[in-house]
Amino acid sequence: MAKDNCMQTFKQRFSRRHFLATTAASSLGLAMPHVRGAHAAGKLSLGLWDHWVPGANNATTALINEWAEKEKVDVSVDYIPTQGNKLLITITAEAQARSGHDILSLPSWQPADHARNLEPVDDVMAQLIKENGAVTPAVEYLGKSGGKWLAVPSTVGSQIKGPCSRIDLMQQHAGIDVQAMYPVGAPPKADAWTMDALLKAAEACHKAGFPFGIGLGSTADSVDTAGAVFQSFGANLVDASGNITVKTDAVRQALDYYTRLARFFPPDAPAWDDSSNNKWLVSGRGALIMNPPSAWAVAKRDAPQVAERCWTHGMPAGPKGRYAPFLPYFWGTWNFSKNKSAAKSLLVHLSQRSSAEKMVQASGGYDLPSFANFTEFPTWAEEGPPKGTLYHYPNPYHHQILTTAASPAPPKIAVQIYTQGIMTKLTVRHLQGESMEKALTWAESEIEGFMRT
Amino acid sequence: MARKSTIAFLMTLPLILLLALFVLYPALYSIHLATLNKSMERFVGFGNFLFLFKRETFSMVVEQSCIFAITAVIFKALIGFVVAHFVHNIPARGQRKWRGMLLVPWVIPPAMSCLAWLWLFDPSYSAFNWLLDLVDVGPVPWTGEAYWARFSVILVNIWIGAPFFMIMYLAALKSVPEQLYEAAAIDGANWWQRLCYVTLPMMRNIMAITALFSLIVTFANFDIVRILTAGGPIDKTHVFATWAFRIGIEGGDIPLGASVSLFMVPILTVAAIFILRDINRRAGEMT
Repeated sequence: MAKDNCMQTFKQRFSRRHFLATTAASSLGLAMPHVRGAHAAGKLSLGLWDHWVPGANNATTALINEWAEKEKVDVSVDYIPTQGNKLLITITAEAQARSGHDILSLPSWQPADHARNLEPVDDVMAQLIKENGAVTPAVEYLGKSGGKWLAVPSTVGSQIKGPCSRIDLMQQHAGIDVQAMYPVGAPPKADAWTMDALLKAAEACHKAGFPFGIGLGSTADSVDTAGAVFQSFGANLVDASGNITVKTDAVRQALDYYTRLARFFPPDAPAWDDSSNNKWLVSGRGALIMNPPSAWAVAKRDAPQVAERCWTHGMPAGPKGRYAPFLPYFWGTWNFSKNKSAAKSLLVHLSQRSSAEKMVQASGGYDLPSFANFTEFPTWAEEGPPKGTLYHYPNPYHHQILTTAASPAPPKIAVQIYTQGIMTKLTVRHLQGESMEKALTWAESEIEGFMRT
Repeated sequence: MARKSTIAFLMTLPLILLLALFVLYPALYSIHLATLNKSMERFVGFGNFLFLFKRETFSMVVEQSCIFAITAVIFKALIGFVVAHFVHNIPARGQRKWRGMLLVPWVIPPAMSCLAWLWLFDPSYSAFNWLLDLVDVGPVPWTGEAYWARFSVILVNIWIGAPFFMIMYLAALKSVPEQLYEAAAIDGANWWQRLCYVTLPMMRNIMAITALFSLIVTFANFDIVRILTAGGPIDKTHVFATWAFRIGIEGGDIPLGASVSLFMVPILTVAAIFILRDINRRAGEMT
């Protein structure tokens, strides 16, 4: 009796119509991660940048788990530090081995560098841009190659490296009220904040014994600042078509300006790395550094009396515009990934407004979403002391052009200019007595070497 | 006899396999990489090497690597030699303690000791500069000025590597038969003559082997330069390994990076041939 019942149930369950429906659903399930059942949509592994802010990884993990639970995907996350270039080495090794994580955090130049190994994400980006607003040209420059989006800009890790000034020292020695120039809740009143004003302020603060802490080394902070200053003068070492444009009036003008400015930097600035400017601000020795709010955050912990006098604001304008150094991070998925559809689904989830807001909050305002509609989260207005110190950090009024040093050169060339720190080396050479023309000839020769295919 | 050879081969097989996996395979793979174009899609033969010959910065890296390795090895050998003699003359009871202490720089992981040195040389907060300031001497740009930066990386290399020379030379000193010194003393040899005609000839092979070994390791050094100066300022402290890393990993040009690192091979091969030929010649003379 029981056996008969069972057979009857079986027949009912697997009628011809039901079989076809099941087959169709199974076929669909292969292409989509939305499958029910515990971990029925397979596995997904992520290698993400290990955030320096304590607890910031937890926000990302929570968002990933939330998605994994909904989509029934078995997810594992490795947080990979950038110390010792571990993230860079992991990316290179996975690209070589054509095996590894399904989703990886990719620092700025990596999407273009691994273009042929990355799965295009045009579908994801089209959806995100529609929902979240446009991305800056800098993101497009770094994340797109051959007309295809190679990676999705990640909130985590992306940063603007604008000035972080000491309110008191700038007021006292340079006569500049940075809070009035960049008021909380209102557009910047920064018309007088130009490269000339920066130079005068640098000289005044140097004389007063509080030099600006801007490095001239080959690491990112130094290179990004030099890049933005050069672009404010319209000075590109290589143009968008790949032509070397070192010996141009714009480059000469920018180099002359930056060398004059560099005379007011600390004498050991050519040896600075990315931690030097942070230490400079936290120690109370400098009136201004160019950095995301990480230095301020460390000061908040280690030197609160310094932190409460810091104000993060926009870059000064040059003859060709007001350019701010922007360093976006990306999330990419390899074209050899075994679960691309799930990876794309997760990337969409991580790029939602609510996700970005949680990440920004967890990082204390450090992380910057790249989408135009995401620049007014309450975190930036509320963080302090002083309250509102980060209000203008995300460029809420879009009064700065966000740029990447060495752009608009084709990324394959630009990455070499950037990692070799050609602009800072050029400045140091000229600063240390080499004639401008000789320094430019050196730069031209170096860049010629980057042209190889 | 054949059976013994087979057993010996089987016993060394695990090591041979490990070497093949971790040394031979990467070496062959890097040769393969060095023959590819920048996008790693096309075979270019020796194109990358020929390209490097035309680069001004690469010539500077070759020059700096030679200065770095040769200067460091010479000073490590001199310091090792002097300290080995001092330790050798310490009474046996206290010698172990000194040997242990003097080996400390060599046994600490270089990355750790380099971080300590970095703190001492820190551009803005150098502990050395703080001490100099106490005696009214202005700050020294330890890593900020090209020649000081070169001095700093060589100094740290010497600090780390000198104990290795010391222990090798000490072992060599202990193996010199006491009778030779007694015979020299009977012949009226003074301290200098005993050093020149007994000690040095008896130590020559160990000295040569140690120098060769150290030259290879120093030439291929990465951690000291990477941590202290990252090759700066304006590339004046780059050596082969740091330059290869900068180009290959950071700059995304893996074939060129592989070519830079392979450049060490012919230079070190020539050095090895000369040193080993000298050792073999002396071994032949002695037998």
